Amino acid sequence: MLKQITVTVNGEQHTLEVEPRLLLVHMIRELLNLTGTHIGCDTSSCGACTILLDGKSVKSCTVLAVQANGKSITTIEGVAKDGQLSPLQEGFKENHGLHCGFCTPGMILRATELLANNPNPTEEEIRWGIAGNLCRCTGYNNIVKAIQYAGAKIRGEELPSTEPEFV
Amino acid sequence: MIPQSFQYESPGTLEEAIQLLHQYGDEAKILSGGHSLIPMMKLRFATPEALIDINNIPGLSYIREEGGKIKIGALTREVDLERSETLAKIFPIFRDATKLIADPQVRNMGTIGGNLAHGDAANDHPAVMMALNATIVATGADGPREIPIDEFFYGFYMTALQHGEILTEIQIPVPPAGTGSAYHKLERKVGDYATAGVAVQLTLGDDGMVKAAGIGLTNVNPTPMRAGRSEAALIGKPLSEESIDEAARLASEDCSPSSDLRGSEEYKRAMVAVLVKRMIHEAANKARQ
Ligand SMILES: Cc1cc2nc3c(=O)[nH]c(=O)nc-3n(C[C@H](O)[C@H](O)[C@H](O)COP(=O)(O)OP(=O)(O)OC[C@H]3O[C@@H](n4cnc5c(N)ncnc54)[C@H](O)[C@@H]3O)c2cc1C
Ligand code: FES
Ligand code: FES
Repeated sequence: MLKQITVTVNGEQHTLEVEPRLLLVHMIRELLNLTGTHIGCDTSSCGACTILLDGKSVKSCTVLAVQANGKSITTIEGVAKDGQLSPLQEGFKENHGLHCGFCTPGMILRATELLANNPNPTEEEIRWGIAGNLCRCTGYNNIVKAIQYAGAKIRGEELPSTEPEFV
Repeated sequence: MIPQSFQYESPGTLEEAIQLLHQYGDEAKILSGGHSLIPMMKLRFATPEALIDINNIPGLSYIREEGGKIKIGALTREVDLERSETLAKIFPIFRDATKLIADPQVRNMGTIGGNLAHGDAANDHPAVMMALNATIVATGADGPREIPIDEFFYGFYMTALQHGEILTEIQIPVPPAGTGSAYHKLERKVGDYATAGVAVQLTLGDDGMVKAAGIGLTNVNPTPMRAGRSEAALIGKPLSEESIDEAARLASEDCSPSSDLRGSEEYKRAMVAVLVKRMIHEAANKARQ
């Protein structure tokens, strides 16, 4: 039996008829055509499908679309504002925080919540904070730098050097 | 992977949820955080015909101190346990344990009620609840009833919850001064289930005698396990290297781990002994502070 749900995605309200078994990630990718949210493992391990649900980062491969009824969702497509990259997007770009880019949308949404809760995290807090997001390319060091860069930008401090780190 | 079709209900009150559980019978399952249930449904290990989503029932998420007990609502998420100052003060073990449960995204969804109701010996809260001597409150058509934690876990994925009952609250006695608690699990990587995990709560008297001890073990037994003989080896004696060694040895003998990808039975028994020792020391250090 189809269920009617109303969700606000990146500020825009949608009313959809969905099967209760429809996964949120499939709703986002296939019904709303927002394909920036990736499916990596499909088993809640890799974090590629991370989105914000009412501001909290969750793995959308392990949430049902019906559970998002009445809630607001942010995907990577909604992160930049008025054509301006978000501090995190800028941080990833400036610090070589991505190679293939597959993990990047999930990393950025996860780090968005991390910085919202703690704008000045230590390196250790950042590494624990992205423990649910796998990256097979970068070796993480430049992702950590990207998040530190974004934190500094949000705090209005001098931006750290963006010399890439090769290890 | 997509779950099999099911009916979805999201009641707004506990009474309505219990009534729906009765209406759908055995084929209905409760949905809390969904982070054990949905993965199982995607793999079709679970194929419920109806999901009763309790997330829209107000008043099931709280942490409060009342009548000498800490009361935790079943829908309280891991992230709220992790951040709670009330818990951090009385039960440092919660910070130890929640930090090691999965990852931040999973902790944003997973609930303590679901973690216990799942009845999985690999989950971390069961051993913690044993160490803390928790009581589970289950609410059914006849109202709430209390289940001591030692009578809660029955078998593989089986608990004392009856059909039509909802786990609504966890109650933990606030321990006297001189109490400390600690949890650690050995894991292959961040977010993994335990190779072995140990929860300890100790109460020390002014004379240095162990007045009370609670020790729970994670993932080294078919069901979550209390290391009863290890507790007895500590209680009523001053804490010494000998009694700690004895408690560690007894726990590693009494558990019943299986050899699997996380390690051989022998290795897991050895790790139980190491962790029991370390957690006793850590709990004792906190008790003395
Ligand atoms: C990648 C990953 C890693 C994980 N790692 C860990 C880990 O290291 N340690 C750990 O402890 N857990 C781990 N988990 C499990 C996670 O903590 C789950 O959230 C938890 O086990 C179940 O809680 P839930 O609220 O998600 O319950 P759900 O998945 O919604 O429910 C689980 C079961 O309990 C029943 N149930 C739920 N709530 C109630 C209730 N109130 N009354 C009666 N029955 C109920 C459901 O019907 C279902 O059968 C992991 C999960 C994932 C996806
Ligand atoms: S696709 Fe969801 S966590 Fe990997
Ligand atoms: S940039 Fe390729 S997986 Fe992270």
